[in-house]
Amino acid sequence: MSAISEPALQVPAKTKSSGYWATVGRRLLRDKLSVLCAVILLTILLAALFAPWLGLADPYQGSMIRRLRPIGTPNYLLGTDELGRDMLARLVYGGRLSLLTGILPVFLAFIAGTTLGLIAGYAGGKLNTIIMRTVDVFFAFPSVLLAIAISGALGAGILNSVVSLTIVFIPQITRVAESVTTGVRNRDFVEAARASGADTLTIMRVHMLGNVLGPIFVYATGLISVSMILASGLSFLGLGTKPPEPEWGLMLNTLRTAIYANPVVAALPGVMIFAVSICFNLLSDGLRSAMDIRN
Amino acid sequence: MLSYIARRIVYVIPIVIGVALVCFLLVHLAPGDPLVAVLPADASQELAAQLRAAYGFDRPLPVQFGIWVWKALNGDLGTSIASGRPVLAEVMNAVGNTIMLALAAAAIGFFLGVSLGLIAGYYRNTWIDKVATSIAVMGVSVPHYWLGIVLVIIFSVQLNWLPAVGAGPGGSSSWAWDWAHMQYLVLPALTSAAIPMGIITRTVRALTGDILSQDFVEALRAKGLNERGVFRHVIKNAAPTAMAVMGLQLGYMLGGSILIETVFSWPGTGLLLNSAIFQRDLPLLQGTILVLALFFVFLNLVVDIAQATIDPRIKRS
Repeated sequence: MSAISEPALQVPAKTKSSGYWATVGRRLLRDKLSVLCAVILLTILLAALFAPWLGLADPYQGSMIRRLRPIGTPNYLLGTDELGRDMLARLVYGGRLSLLTGILPVFLAFIAGTTLGLIAGYAGGKLNTIIMRTVDVFFAFPSVLLAIAISGALGAGILNSVVSLTIVFIPQITRVAESVTTGVRNRDFVEAARASGADTLTIMRVHMLGNVLGPIFVYATGLISVSMILASGLSFLGLGTKPPEPEWGLMLNTLRTAIYANPVVAALPGVMIFAVSICFNLLSDGLRSAMDIRN
Repeated sequence: MLSYIARRIVYVIPIVIGVALVCFLLVHLAPGDPLVAVLPADASQELAAQLRAAYGFDRPLPVQFGIWVWKALNGDLGTSIASGRPVLAEVMNAVGNTIMLALAAAAIGFFLGVSLGLIAGYYRNTWIDKVATSIAVMGVSVPHYWLGIVLVIIFSVQLNWLPAVGAGPGGSSSWAWDWAHMQYLVLPALTSAAIPMGIITRTVRALTGDILSQDFVEALRAKGLNERGVFRHVIKNAAPTAMAVMGLQLGYMLGGSILIETVFSWPGTGLLLNSAIFQRDLPLLQGTILVLALFFVFLNLVVDIAQATIDPRIKRS
């Protein structure tokens, strides 16, 4: 399990009916907290995506005479940083790299981990042993340590931090995927498909995938929160992107010198990481209970 | 019981070999020459070759791995490229501070988590439950390095109550059990406690809910036991799982302390790892990670065995 959160994994016994996802969506929309989180996340995501068209200040343009202005300064709504750059612009632009390095590893690990877990769970036997024992080795490292070890060995850089976080999350997703697949494999409808002559690939694609993806997806959404914290943590340490690039973790690091002069502005990048992380966590919780239709 | 312990230990051996292999390969995953940190830019070819031979980098990989493991078994993790001191001595020097921080944080996190979790589970779906679960979600979602900075801003910069960095007065790293030293532990320990607090609150809340819905609670109440007595039964039943989760969290804190130790300049293994990374001191990086990972494996083993001792149902599965 991950270092930061261990979402109790509850695999809803999914009954595949035509309206399953519609029901889940309806239940999720009724959950006010989840909707609020989704709105906040979408706002941050869209702002980061369309940053150049929002009429913001240049996030790279500093000025020695305007350093560390407080929040609410005219023209500098959220103040300025240690080099006199507009904080609002840097926080919005910072979302681009921060969200990318936080979400991409989980996405990549979702694909790789699901594939590995499906293979291990469906094939069983020796192949299962090889894959799952390898996964066990990676579980012997606390995830923060593993991420930093790989990142530290590879050296600083965005690509390296995405690679290291992907390696951290693959075993976790594989383990979940394998246990879900093993559970589904022994169900009667898979047996029936096999008895009626369906080949392995068809069974995997048509009968297994639809039934295992849901629980794995929920688990993966819960990992995004951890991934955001770790990715920004890597850049906080200096293992991510380089200055003057705006990125929340790196901004938090470079603003540490300003905690005496302007503590509120110095803490702002962390507020963004916290907000995104908590919203993904709550959204994942909401999704999990929405998928648990029996309640 | 003994056979369970034996089985668990046998199961750990391949894991340990795998861990050693991963740590070993880390160095060879690294781009560039591992000697780049010690070699002067204008070093001659002969000097480079000489140093490479001295560190053993000129042999085939499997041979290097064999030698490395053999030496590690004999307590020799190589020499730090940056400081020239034995890696094991450097790590052991730092690990005490990390363990102290982790234990302090575990105590805080366990106490708060169990209290909040019991209260939330007992008063399920009331406002008390909502407050407790909100605190738990914040605990697991907060970037702890940011929480550390915020605590420094509040308690060191604004209120001037506690020191912001270091592990002792005047930058000393020797420890004593007096307030002059212990005040340095407060902020890092509180910061590290956030995550375990959140996770244990969630675990204990769920456990309490499950236990309270079981038939035996009904029976206890039916025979006239007061609520305090019922509560005691809940605690007894929740304890093994809560302790197992805490054991794992302790391991995560030992291995994942780098961010917090960097924020507070706490002279433990995390800070050592940080300097190893940025000085490209690969033997030190490799050795520190190996020791921390082995600690984690060992702790997992102890947790499993302890849990099986308390709860006899586990052995049979």
